[in-house]
Amino acid sequence: MAEPMKIRATMQGDVADVKVLMNHPMETGLRKDAKTGQLVPAHHINTVTAKVNGTTVLEGSMAGGVSKNPYLGFKVKGAKAGDTVEVSWEDNKGDKRTDTAKIG
Amino acid sequence: MNALRRNVLKGATGAGAVAVAVAAGLLAPARVLAAIPRSAFEAKGMADAMKAMGVAAPADSKDISIKAPDIAENGAVVPVEVTSSIAGTSGIAILAEKNATPLVADFGFSNGAQGFISTRIKMANTSLVRAIVTAGGKTYTAAKEVKVTIGGCGG
Repeated sequence: MAEPMKIRATMQGDVADVKVLMNHPMETGLRKDAKTGQLVPAHHINTVTAKVNGTTVLEGSMAGGVSKNPYLGFKVKGAKAGDTVEVSWEDNKGDKRTDTAKIG
Repeated sequence: MNALRRNVLKGATGAGAVAVAVAAGLLAPARVLAAIPRSAFEAKGMADAMKAMGVAAPADSKDISIKAPDIAENGAVVPVEVTSSIAGTSGIAILAEKNATPLVADFGFSNGAQGFISTRIKMANTSLVRAIVTAGGKTYTAAKEVKVTIGGCGG
């Protein structure tokens, strides 16, 4: 099971500012292992979805070009303090992770 | 299926992106970028990546701002922030032009999410970081050069 994400969501005026830090190696599949000289197999997040109170606000696709332990920041208008932000990802090996946080 | 296809075509006359996608045998749903095929992430080189995304000739726009360092000491972690002030922005894609596979990430916004995304990307070489914004069925673009002193791909 993958490590939990860190999610911080704060209201800035009428816009919720959400910051997410995921734990993932994000291997491109192009990198060689320094010791064995073999290619390290690709292992990266493919899709990310964010919901506020169950309504999808952000849908993202990514690949190995995103840095290790991906950071994602986005802004949602119309959200309120106390609303629940839910972020999920799925990687190319079918591993999944969903975490939630309250907007503070 | 045929009716849907016809509607898509009818609703998108003039949108070259959809025409390209259809020509390539891919039926593009309403939001072109959200549904960019997975193969676009594996496309090598800018021309192929844009083609796989179904983006023909995006217009340069001053309403897109890309915040990224002028010089990135470590290409493995380059912070990139894209803000689009184009009304009705529904998607932002980020591409690093000289990466082996230029398309890095694509985000679609709905239900109040603003045209803003902040993330960190890997860059193999000094190159342009390009944002492609979808708003109201049209595509817009802007780019910013980032000098990379140590590449982040291939280690």
